[in-house]
Amino acid sequence: MKRQQIYQQVAFGGLRLSTLTIISVLGLIIWFLGKEGVSALSWEFLTQAPRNGMTEGGIFPALVGTLCLTLGAIIFALPLGVFAAIYLTEYAKQGRLVRIIRLGINNLAGVPSVVFGLFGLAMFVEYLNFGPSILAGSLTLGILILPTIIRASEEALLAIPQTFREASLALGASKWHTIYKAVLPPAIPGILTGTILGIGRAAGETAPIIFTAACFYTARLPHSIFDQVMALPFHLYVLATEGTHFEKTLPLQYGTALVLLGLVLGINLIAVIIRTRLRRKIRW
Amino acid sequence: MANNTKIMVENLIFYYGNDKALEDVSMLIQENKITALIGPSGCGKSTFLRVLNRMNDLIPGTKLKGKVLIDGYDIYSNTTDVVELRKKVGMVFQKSNPFPKSIFDNVAYGPRAHGIRDKARLTNIVEESLEKAAIWDEVKDKLKQSAMELSGGQQQRLCIARALAINPEIILMDEPASALDPISTAKIEELIRVLKEKYTIVIVTHNMQQAARVSDYTGFFLLGELIEFSDTNKIFTSPQDSRTEDYITGRFG
Amino acid sequence: MISRKGKDLLIQNLFLFFASISILVLFLIMAFLFKEGLPIIEVVSPLRFLFGKSWYPTYEPPEFGILPLIMGSVAVTLGAITIAIPLGVATAIYLSEVANLRVKELLKPVIELLAGVPSVVYGFFGLVVVAPWIQDLFDLPTGLTALTASIMLGIMASPTVISISEDALSSVPISYREASLALGTTKWHTAISVTVPAALSGICTACILGMARAIEETMTVLMVAGGAAIIPTTLLQPVRPMTANIIAEMGEAVHGSEHFHALFAIAVVLFFITLALNLLADYISHRFKETGSATL
Repeated sequence: MKRQQIYQQVAFGGLRLSTLTIISVLGLIIWFLGKEGVSALSWEFLTQAPRNGMTEGGIFPALVGTLCLTLGAIIFALPLGVFAAIYLTEYAKQGRLVRIIRLGINNLAGVPSVVFGLFGLAMFVEYLNFGPSILAGSLTLGILILPTIIRASEEALLAIPQTFREASLALGASKWHTIYKAVLPPAIPGILTGTILGIGRAAGETAPIIFTAACFYTARLPHSIFDQVMALPFHLYVLATEGTHFEKTLPLQYGTALVLLGLVLGINLIAVIIRTRLRRKIRW
Repeated sequence: MANNTKIMVENLIFYYGNDKALEDVSMLIQENKITALIGPSGCGKSTFLRVLNRMNDLIPGTKLKGKVLIDGYDIYSNTTDVVELRKKVGMVFQKSNPFPKSIFDNVAYGPRAHGIRDKARLTNIVEESLEKAAIWDEVKDKLKQSAMELSGGQQQRLCIARALAINPEIILMDEPASALDPISTAKIEELIRVLKEKYTIVIVTHNMQQAARVSDYTGFFLLGELIEFSDTNKIFTSPQDSRTEDYITGRFG
Repeated sequence: MISRKGKDLLIQNLFLFFASISILVLFLIMAFLFKEGLPIIEVVSPLRFLFGKSWYPTYEPPEFGILPLIMGSVAVTLGAITIAIPLGVATAIYLSEVANLRVKELLKPVIELLAGVPSVVYGFFGLVVVAPWIQDLFDLPTGLTALTASIMLGIMASPTVISISEDALSSVPISYREASLALGTTKWHTAISVTVPAALSGICTACILGMARAIEETMTVLMVAGGAAIIPTTLLQPVRPMTANIIAEMGEAVHGSEHFHALFAIAVVLFFITLALNLLADYISHRFKETGSATL
């Protein structure tokens, strides 16, 4: 039996080491980017346009662009996602139709981001003739985050106890009224979590917007949804892979990477905190 | 009587976090006898049972004061090997919980874990344990089938066989028949009576008739306290404490 | 004025329509990929396209063989799962079976958080840190290799593997663990012989989805895999996975040209590979649910 205990010690040691490796590698990335990027950060960096062939200046147009794209994606995906989740949890009878819809959502979640990019290019930019624009990019990103929002909303709605629905229906309220007044309000924090995660995802994606919305450089801020914009992730990609001034723009790259990372992690952190609170809270 | 004491519990106090679950419980459990623990839900009888094989260790934030001696050894001392302890003190759970494996593999699980690899020896142990648990005749032709396909009563006897296969000295049973139909329950009770010849049995039940039918000694718990502990006969015919009498005559719980 | 019943029915059908949009979009994606990708078979047969060994889309005459690109994807994906599966599954077992509640409650959100790091950030880190390090370590002409991409993808796929495996392990009934521990076995023995087997289908699903995560990743491989369209013989060579190739060339391909169609055709291949992986993962986890825990 002592031998069993020794096996256990060795095995647990291995498991601990794996966990430590993963956490420390990921920690290393954040620490490194933080350390190198913080010196590039300044008010000017955040509020000015790039200058001198993008070797100096800031990232303001890219920040604004990412904001526009993300906002557009949410405006499109949030209502669609919540409505779809309401159908799946409140109306649909478990059966073949629901199974197919769910399979569709799962597979949509698995579509590679570059494929979304090509789809956006073929459908929104060319077929619907939006051109590379905020509109085309937002729609592409919106489709990309739709499964995230549906799933989170579904989870939130399923967590609402059946008694809420029964109580409302027993008072003679219609089904829609029940959903709207009794089920949806307590589910909002959960839906919010999914929405915030979707925002984080949309803000960080590059491949779907390269051909649908992003442009290399513009100092001008967008005036309509048919304008092209700069975007943070694409800006980082451009700076990091543009061979000629690589060394010279390194501080800008670190700064951009840090801002992007901070933005996305900050957004996700909010979602994770809400979710952890929700899970811990005693339910009804 | 003291010579045959198998388990000695002295001034046991037990906490879940800050909630006191057991209050100064002392009890002597006799070898080769059946001891029943009765009381209303939440009275601490299951907690007490799980103290005896340190199953409560799995729950974070529990705290224990007092002494629990088995064969004179303090099972909560620093030198106690929990794994050895549980080999000696088998347990059958309220809800039958066979592994999703074959019937054979379920019974052979313990012996294998303890290093028995020899096929013939394993087959022997499995057959013997299933016989002792009075289920051999029903399953001997389908040892390779999944245990999940058995009926509830059969699953519970399989779990008893699984516990017997590691050759314990004490068997703890946590309401082993509460989820079963009357016929399966009768079979399990019959089995428990036979098993006491070889094992010391502690059984938690909220079915008083069951306690009266199978046990030699009975302890009555209420709100974490051991109210009364004596011969089963005495408890059910002439209880000393009015609270015991109230419970037995069905005035609460 | 429509009746209340009619109104409820109307609302229900409206919601059904919204719920179906996911499927609709999936079909639209397929339709547009085919529309733009299929014309390439007028130039090159599907077999020559899939198994042709040279990719020279702008030569005269052009060659559209994507085998080097497929092999590039395969190389970095295999490399990635060699890292992500052992580390990810081990971490999941640690979180679910070993770690105490406080550690678990701290680490789970951290891992969820890290799943959200943008891929272009990973790519950037690989470019400025890992690639020079690989170059020095193996004394290579360039640090942008399949190995570099594998390492980055392995790190990126780990959170997927951990989260889904941990969910599967945590949903194994506590009664199994209790039964095993009550028989006098160690926690480790219980984990290996009861909990992990019972969660095996979930863990397999996690590994497949981790693999899908690696194969579909675009920006990271575009930045660190090196970009050479050759069939790799070792992991220390640069490769050009399918995703990277699409992004790298789409900008310069003339719309409607053979090259343009060929890139969409690659996306078709990629779409079906990930679709197959997702269906497989769905099948495994679904089969498990239907037959319950009766099989192992």
